[in-house]
Amino acid sequence: MEQSVCFLLLKNMQRIRTMEELCAELYTQEKIRGFLHLYIGEEAIATGVISLLSASDNVLGTYREHGHALLKGVSAKAIFSEMFGKIEGCSKGRGGSMHLYSVPHRFFGGNAIVASGIPQAAGLAMAAKRLNEKRRTVCFFGEGAMCEGAFHETMNMTALWNIPLLFCCENNYYAMGTALHRSQSQTDLVKKARSYAMEAESVDGMNIFEVVEKTKTALDYIEHNQKPYFLEFKTYRFRPHSMFDPDLYREKSEIEKWKRQDPIIFLKKEMTKSMNEIEMKQFTRDCENLNHEISVEMSEAIAFAEAARFENFSEITIEGQ
Amino acid sequence: MKQTYREALREGLKDVLIHYQNSFLIGEDVGAYGGTYAISKDFLKEFGSERIIDAPLSEVGFMGLGIGAAMGGMKPIVEIMTVNFALLALDQIINTAAFIKFMSGDQITLPLVIRMTSGGGRQLAAQHSNSFEGWFAHIPGLIILTPSTIEDARYMLIHAMKENTPVIIIEHALLFNTTGEYSDERADYSLYKARVIKTGSDLTLITYGGMLPKCMKACEEMSKIGKEIELIDLRCLRPLDTETIYASLKKTHRVLIVDEGWKSGSISAEISARIMENCFYDLDTPVQRLCRKEVPVPYAPQLEEAIIPQYSNIVQKLKEMLP
Repeated sequence: MEQSVCFLLLKNMQRIRTMEELCAELYTQEKIRGFLHLYIGEEAIATGVISLLSASDNVLGTYREHGHALLKGVSAKAIFSEMFGKIEGCSKGRGGSMHLYSVPHRFFGGNAIVASGIPQAAGLAMAAKRLNEKRRTVCFFGEGAMCEGAFHETMNMTALWNIPLLFCCENNYYAMGTALHRSQSQTDLVKKARSYAMEAESVDGMNIFEVVEKTKTALDYIEHNQKPYFLEFKTYRFRPHSMFDPDLYREKSEIEKWKRQDPIIFLKKEMTKSMNEIEMKQFTRDCENLNHEISVEMSEAIAFAEAARFENFSEITIEGQ
Repeated sequence: MKQTYREALREGLKDVLIHYQNSFLIGEDVGAYGGTYAISKDFLKEFGSERIIDAPLSEVGFMGLGIGAAMGGMKPIVEIMTVNFALLALDQIINTAAFIKFMSGDQITLPLVIRMTSGGGRQLAAQHSNSFEGWFAHIPGLIILTPSTIEDARYMLIHAMKENTPVIIIEHALLFNTTGEYSDERADYSLYKARVIKTGSDLTLITYGGMLPKCMKACEEMSKIGKEIELIDLRCLRPLDTETIYASLKKTHRVLIVDEGWKSGSISAEISARIMENCFYDLDTPVQRLCRKEVPVPYAPQLEEAIIPQYSNIVQKLKEMLP
């Protein structure tokens, strides 16, 4: 992979990381309220997958979707404004953290009901195929969603009807606080997916090169065969499930072990491993500039969200009573 | 020309499938089987398997798929075999179909029509006899239609397809074989307006769906003893046309609501409450209701009959309420 491509991936992972860290800070300052689920540790998945998509492609996420929205093109201004509950938010402040929508960016949520977006993604993929639109559809969900009927029903329908949908399972090993092996009889998720006569692969979700490579294979397959494809990305969230989660169900040592596989650190190491001293210095400077650029982007977005206004009650339409 | 409710529904459905090339019908047994109530018989041959989709038994799945297809620019008609199975798809219907427009800051509109049958009276027992029309009417973001006449069976779907809000059309299973005069669509046809089926000055009888034929018969009986009942077919439970209700009761000063749903938390409770809030001083007597008795519907015929409001109960109640 070319250095400039790697650097763009690094930039986008870092944008998500920085945004999420700021969210946590703003949450403690009570600027952001409600539920807040952070993507820290899992950035390589959204970054790698979305790097292969175009503006016209459809993406559906879960309630841990800030990063996906950002990389699909929704501005940090619109995302922070949404989390601040302001009218300039991408859902006018009515949705908050879990309900980011942006039709111009073909980003269809943001869904707070586990697995609920999966059949909807199948419908979007079917519509694109029927209407002869050149757009791909990708849906993200956690491994916990694989216990929901909606997931299984959609796997069956898409395989049965050749619906070109990419299923991206972000397996972070915990459905809120319940470990995979404590909630699923078959923990080999690829095996489970293949039982629907669907192509499926497992991916190291901490390794962005593998994410890009295997997603590319999947997207090519979908395009040529007009059939669905299932990818399991093995990953880990470094933060608790939400801001309310005391994280009592995981060993500190387990978290530390996964943190050593930090996808951002991994990419930086890979990018620099054959660099000489001069190149290394340049890379360090580039990273500093990058961090500065991201910090400007995010602080401007936060300032924008601060200054934005709340929607007045009189502006919303209430059905007649 | 006489036509059955079933034929009228079928013609309406055929019209929209011809008119909207982006529309499709999806549901259990809508294709090869011809629809559980034969509404889409032979449609698979006529429109092909891309437009008439036999779904697996996956209510939440194909409801979600219909929602997604609507977001993607199509005009899906999702058929749930009966309202009882709609419980399996409630997350999609409520948490997304009803909410997404508001929740997305008015970005996403859903041109989605959901059809389902409902009601008891055929000895199908508890799990196949529910009447949840009023229950769906609780949810903002949905339009709830209950066609009970041949005219509405024929034209409601056509108008529902023009909406950008999800519409649920609930057809009572006992109406399929009822017949009526086929008529051309009236110029002022509206989905939202309740219809005065028969005018009268002695009492306002409000009903919807499967209870309409029983109420019509009761009105005829009352006419014989010189009592003229004004009969209102609600047609649309959300939004509710209170204007027609209030105008009628201001004339009759007496109201009976006949509702096949359970009384507690029902649409009849809602109507009664609104009358009390808005027209209390126009009433000569408290609003009365006839509803399903509060138990699950049993199989045994004598019990089922006793639990669902019947023609004779309506007549008796009307007599009690009139001076």
